[in-house]
Amino acid sequence: MNHSEAATIFNKNEKKVNWHDKALWFVRHKRDKSAHSVEGWEELRNLGQGIKAHTLSNLDNYLIQFEENALKNGVQVHWAQDGDEHNRIVHSILKEHNAKKVVKSKSMLTEECHLNPYLEADGIEIIDTDLGERIVQLAKETPSHIVLPAIHKTKEEVDELFQEHLGTKPCGGDPQYLTGEARKHLREKFVNADAAITGVNFAIADTGGFVVCTNEGNADMGAHLAPVHIACMGIEKIIPKQEHLGVFLRLLARSATGQHITTYSSHFKKPRKGTKMHIVIVDNGRTEQLSRPDFRASLQCIRCGACMNTCPIYRRSGGHSYDATIPGPIGSILSPGKDLTKHSSLPFASTLCGSCSDVCPVKIDIHTQLYKWRQIITKETKQPYVKVMSMKMMGDIFSKPTKFEKVGKVARWSLRNLPKGIINSKPNVWGKERDLPSGPVESFDEWYKNRK
Amino acid sequence: MFIEIKKKLKLYNMKVGLFIPCYINQLYPQVGKATLELLEKLNVDVVYPSGQTCCGQPMANSGYENESVGACNNFVKNFNEFDYIVTPSGSCAYHVKKHFDVIPQTDEVTKVRNNVYELCDFILNVLKIKDVGARFPHKVGIHKSCHGLRGLRLGSCSEKVTPEYSYIGELLAEVSGVEIITLNREDECCGFGGTFAVVEEAISVKMGKDRVQDHLDNGAEVITATDTSCLMHLEGLITRHMQPLKVLHIAEILNSVN
Ligand code: SF4
Repeated sequence: MNHSEAATIFNKNEKKVNWHDKALWFVRHKRDKSAHSVEGWEELRNLGQGIKAHTLSNLDNYLIQFEENALKNGVQVHWAQDGDEHNRIVHSILKEHNAKKVVKSKSMLTEECHLNPYLEADGIEIIDTDLGERIVQLAKETPSHIVLPAIHKTKEEVDELFQEHLGTKPCGGDPQYLTGEARKHLREKFVNADAAITGVNFAIADTGGFVVCTNEGNADMGAHLAPVHIACMGIEKIIPKQEHLGVFLRLLARSATGQHITTYSSHFKKPRKGTKMHIVIVDNGRTEQLSRPDFRASLQCIRCGACMNTCPIYRRSGGHSYDATIPGPIGSILSPGKDLTKHSSLPFASTLCGSCSDVCPVKIDIHTQLYKWRQIITKETKQPYVKVMSMKMMGDIFSKPTKFEKVGKVARWSLRNLPKGIINSKPNVWGKERDLPSGPVESFDEWYKNRK
Repeated sequence: MFIEIKKKLKLYNMKVGLFIPCYINQLYPQVGKATLELLEKLNVDVVYPSGQTCCGQPMANSGYENESVGACNNFVKNFNEFDYIVTPSGSCAYHVKKHFDVIPQTDEVTKVRNNVYELCDFILNVLKIKDVGARFPHKVGIHKSCHGLRGLRLGSCSEKVTPEYSYIGELLAEVSGVEIITLNREDECCGFGGTFAVVEEAISVKMGKDRVQDHLDNGAEVITATDTSCLMHLEGLITRHMQPLKVLHIAEILNSVN
């Protein structure tokens, strides 16, 4: 199903669309207030972009520096070319430690690699411990947003879900009761876990340490209780220096939720006594994206989700309509790089309004990249014959003024004289819910000529 | 008064070409007329070259940049000798500036790209006029069309932390009798987006409905914008649902005297 079809289905329930739109707009609004309270916010964005662009240009060096320092700290470092290799590595580490129960804090990378089903196939229990992620896991769904994974679910839906899976009492969607129950349920999982998996927000080349940001403290809870900590990161998570965190932590929290700082920004450097720490560094198509000059800046992304919250299309179509691990504007420029045909509708799910590029804390030119993907998609994937021909025809009409004039005349006459029923009949998608202007007798051109 | 002085001194020693986008030419000629009359009122020596068609945007934004080459070349042919090219469309001006890299960058092409101006931008920043002497005693909501706003930076946008300004707002504020209403979402997209309007029909319509509702909720009688394309989309919804709102391009308001 392409984006437009999925979005049409989502829009069948207008009340839910309104609710979804308002919930995300609220987050965007909070972000505005918090960003506008920082003097020099635009400077901060410039810095963020600059550091990331520099890092991407020197990625090989920084990755090696990071590995060296991490090894010195007593961390084991693994490299994975793709999702499969990543899964195999994680699996083998778990096996080595005979780990059967695993807790995981939020990591879009493990979603991207489909780690959960891979481990579950071998009888390993893997529990997502971020509340939103746990909700979608119980519902057997995927996250619909990278920061707010269950934003598509109402509290009433969560109530029902918890009754079914956690045996909670019906509570009319009382958030306090529901989170309390989730907390009890997750505590038990934390205490009994054999290993903890976390994502990585920032990996610091000059220390070999890394930072994981959560609002629920679930990464810490997992990593501090379990004897094995596996941190999974894409190659683009590197930043050169510890001091650069001062830029990114400020940008991230404000852009994501409007908080001044994420509740837990946890710094990990070396394993505790008697425990093991592993880092898995994953490529999975990132170097390929890095090799595309027009699209490499997409790797600057710090996964704040602001482009989703601001996107008027995302807010009204829901994250699942993108059918991709990362939805929304950033997903629409990343996904075509992975599978052009499958994701060919995504760059068209935009009015090119540019709000995403202006909200992005690292100044990725998202809407320009959407435009560029469109040019590639129409060349490299199969397009409907009617579309190709109509574009050719339009191109021809607009290059020949006399032809343009004639066609314009016919169009105006039709708009004036044909019955509405015909004008708005099925092939005219515009007319389903919108009227067309009534065709004026004179075009501007004709009026101007007669005026003299 | 100021205008009179300028008239006398014949300060505008410049060649100005008027670009009327294809859909305005055919479907909203009144916007073209208002633009021309307004510029003439402001004593601009404005020429409308015949043989214009389109800036090429409909094809290019649909992913068929190659099919837009003919339109781009035609545009350059028509406008390369002007000091300023003025158009009542932020979106088309932006397209010329940003996407005319699809044809070889000759001197003529570079000149055209540099010289193209959206109407409000031209009046405010080239002519340096704020009060055009218009009267329009109505409650007006400004829809800040995205390509003009975030592409040409015709105003500050709510995402960025920059000093607040709005060219269309500054001109409108000087119009006598006008009451500018505040919207809940000051610069949300209307959902037109060219072929997006039909490719993503459901979302496009929903965005438009929400935009209209924001204006209704805040008591607007008229929605104005720098782009007729947005207004065509909103008007289509308004007339279909018989809502008590009108759309007018900013040129039509600035050209009003009653
Ligand atoms: S692209 Fe920018 S705004 Fe979107 S998630 Fe990434 S960093 Fe945030």
